[in-house]
Amino acid sequence: MPHDHHDHLSPSGHPFRADDDHPLSYWQTMEIAVRELLIEKGVITAAEIASQIDVMDSRTPANGAAVVARAWTDPDFRAALQHDASVATAEMGFDIGPMKLIAVENTADLHNIVVCTLCSCYPRNLLGLPPDWYKSRAYRSRTVREPRRVLAEFGVTLPETTQIRVHDSTADMRYIVIPARPDGTDGWSKDDLAHLVTRDSMVGTGLPKSPDAPDALA
Amino acid sequence: MGSRVRVRNDMPPGHIRTPAYLRGKSGVIERTLGPFANPEQLAYRHNGEALALHRVRFTMAEVWGAAAETPTDTIEAEIYAHWLEPADAA
Amino acid sequence: MTETIPLADGHRWHDMGGAAAGAVPLADHDFALWEKRVDALMILCSAKGHFTVDGLRRVLEDMPPSSFEELSYYERWIASVSQNLVEAGVLTTFEIGERMSAIRERGPTYGDASDG
Repeated sequence: MPHDHHDHLSPSGHPFRADDDHPLSYWQTMEIAVRELLIEKGVITAAEIASQIDVMDSRTPANGAAVVARAWTDPDFRAALQHDASVATAEMGFDIGPMKLIAVENTADLHNIVVCTLCSCYPRNLLGLPPDWYKSRAYRSRTVREPRRVLAEFGVTLPETTQIRVHDSTADMRYIVIPARPDGTDGWSKDDLAHLVTRDSMVGTGLPKSPDAPDALA
Repeated sequence: MGSRVRVRNDMPPGHIRTPAYLRGKSGVIERTLGPFANPEQLAYRHNGEALALHRVRFTMAEVWGAAAETPTDTIEAEIYAHWLEPADAA
Repeated sequence: MTETIPLADGHRWHDMGGAAAGAVPLADHDFALWEKRVDALMILCSAKGHFTVDGLRRVLEDMPPSSFEELSYYERWIASVSQNLVEAGVLTTFEIGERMSAIRERGPTYGDASDG
């Protein structure tokens, strides 16, 4: 990622999006109107909205990383994840609701990558809200056609002998990629392993961090 | 599992969850899920008919022909049962 | 590679798998409060049975192709949430418009106009 020269960065290092200090837009006005009307009519409450936003903010890729690290260290869990990932992850407290979760495993011979060409379906309960690129025209259009070129843009180059399998998330399934456990991590704890699991490695656009990376034990 | 199927090559109007790039293409059923309510009816505020949802695996060669980036790479997508027919059908 | 999505053949603009496009834009941003509120409205209204994600998608897809470039993600979403609530009989277009006019009188920024 290029270095960002903005002066005002959020804690995550991204620029804040225009909000309170920019002129009120037509669509922001509509959000306020719909929200107020729904509250006045008793359809929803302000507390429910606040609570929903808290849930949204609490969902980060750390959830998915915990699932991956457990799959790397607990063969029974790994089997349960392959059998029914919705049930296996719900037991860890990550309820996917009415959707179905499918975990797809990377191996030396197979690399999985997830896209939604029709909209932007994403396993929010495990990874949080999707990044902008996941919703972009370029990612949605090209990933099913030229996944290797797309991966190269993310800095990932795989040998021709590794099959790439693109998962187009077209219905009520959600996918999480279980990346291959990095070499050189024998004996590592689940918590230490989870630090190696990046968001992109669980979408398939990245690989886990190397145990030698400077921030591997951050 | 393993049945060869072909995605119908229809181009209907409205809300459809079968991607156009897979219509008319043949693949193999990887697993069957569901039943799920038909989203093509749910989208219009009707009750959705219960349908099986098949995960179908396609090769890049099948989907993109000679233009495929790596012909043996694969794509999997979820296709509702009414969009699939046996691959040997005319 | 497909140069453009062939709309004249009935191929719909949102159905973009396989179309030509430029490099993947890797910049990201944090979501603003109003965007999170739109997301929360969708989740709560669908959980309460007023409409489904299928209805949300239908309205998004029925927007003109240019809306994908001209509106942001959550701008499209609030448009679709509003339309679905009108179709469900929960809100009327008149009351949405009336309230929006009143809100614009409150002040020039989101912070001024939103009491939440």
